[in-house]
Amino acid sequence: MGDVLRKLGSLAVNGVWQLGFIARFFVLILRYSGQSFLRLHLTIRELYFSGVMSLLIILVSGLFVGLVLGLQGYEILQRYGSSEAMGTMVALSLLRELGPVVAGLLFASRAGSAVTAEIGLMKVTEQLKAMDMMAVNPIARVVAPRFWGGVVSMPLLAALFSTMGIFGGWLIGVVFIGVDDGAFWSQMRAAVDFRYDVLNGVFKSTVFGVAVALIAVFEGYDCVPTAEGVSRAITRTVVSSALAILALDFVMTSFMFRGL
Amino acid sequence: MSRTTLDLWVGVFVAMGIAALLFLALKVGSISGSDVQSPYTLSARFDNIGGLKVRAPVKSAGVLVGRVTEIRYDNEHFQAEVVFSVDGRYKFPTDTFANILTSGLLGEQYLGLDPGGEEKTLAPGEVIKKTQSAVVLEKLISQFMFNKAAEGDQAPAK
Repeated sequence: MGDVLRKLGSLAVNGVWQLGFIARFFVLILRYSGQSFLRLHLTIRELYFSGVMSLLIILVSGLFVGLVLGLQGYEILQRYGSSEAMGTMVALSLLRELGPVVAGLLFASRAGSAVTAEIGLMKVTEQLKAMDMMAVNPIARVVAPRFWGGVVSMPLLAALFSTMGIFGGWLIGVVFIGVDDGAFWSQMRAAVDFRYDVLNGVFKSTVFGVAVALIAVFEGYDCVPTAEGVSRAITRTVVSSALAILALDFVMTSFMFRGL
Repeated sequence: MSRTTLDLWVGVFVAMGIAALLFLALKVGSISGSDVQSPYTLSARFDNIGGLKVRAPVKSAGVLVGRVTEIRYDNEHFQAEVVFSVDGRYKFPTDTFANILTSGLLGEQYLGLDPGGEEKTLAPGEVIKKTQSAVVLEKLISQFMFNKAAEGDQAPAK
């Protein structure tokens, strides 16, 4: 009994300690961001690696998600004789939920894991320490550009994901099934609101970008400097990013869409 | 990879992302407020608003002329007070009739305005006095049932 309680206690203490550590790390990143923006090409390089390199997987999966939404949506809506509402269904589900969430999950496994591996390996080969000794701040030089690269590319990727998804839904609905083109777009435009749907989706994806980028750089910086430690850190990045995205999504959805 | 090609790719990526956002904002969604220009507010009291919600459309002759901005309970009259904004281009006579209608059988509810024949028009902030509540399906059915039952009672007496 005492053992179990002790274990629980140490888990709680460790959890709180980790949370405090990640918060301090976040503050440090923000503090040294200005210093790293002086050398903007570092951030642009990271934008390339996490944004441009994720483009293909995001566009292709967006298209497939849209195609599936089109097929499933048509299957259900035509039972009620309202297959024209397909555009509305596809656009709303992509903009509100699927776009930010699925793009975030893909981004975490495509770019987040790479960032963790990179920083972790730098730590294993003691490059971070070497930088510190040369009076180069590793947070400003290595961590902050990777963090901002993730934060900036995430909303753009989510928007591209939603756009491709809507295109996929249009392809299935209008081109293959033959839903009326005008009704598809006009019903979509009547139902989708810029502030409630589009901007909320952008806000969600920005929050996911902050969460995923922070977890990725933190796990890399915090990893045990061995081969095994790096591999564990990468696993933790993907798992905790996915959990963070889904949990944050629930919280934000319950605040944003309260049945109004 | 040289820095200029890298910059080029990032530029392409950011431009694509912004284009996607613009597409979502302009083509997929409608920027709210743009469909109601220089609005003024009117209000109306109803005995029952049914399922009317904030941001529901306000239509006259089937054309969108405004949106519901606020719904509150008026404890003095024991009625629901619906505040809505109307496009500044449209003026309605003082004897306008406000109804709560449903688009289609299961569609969303909206506020319908039927203009009367009065010369004077409603000033901003005025209250529409002639209203008709939402049709509540249960009331309709029970009315129908009671009528049927009443008919059934009469029939054997004859």
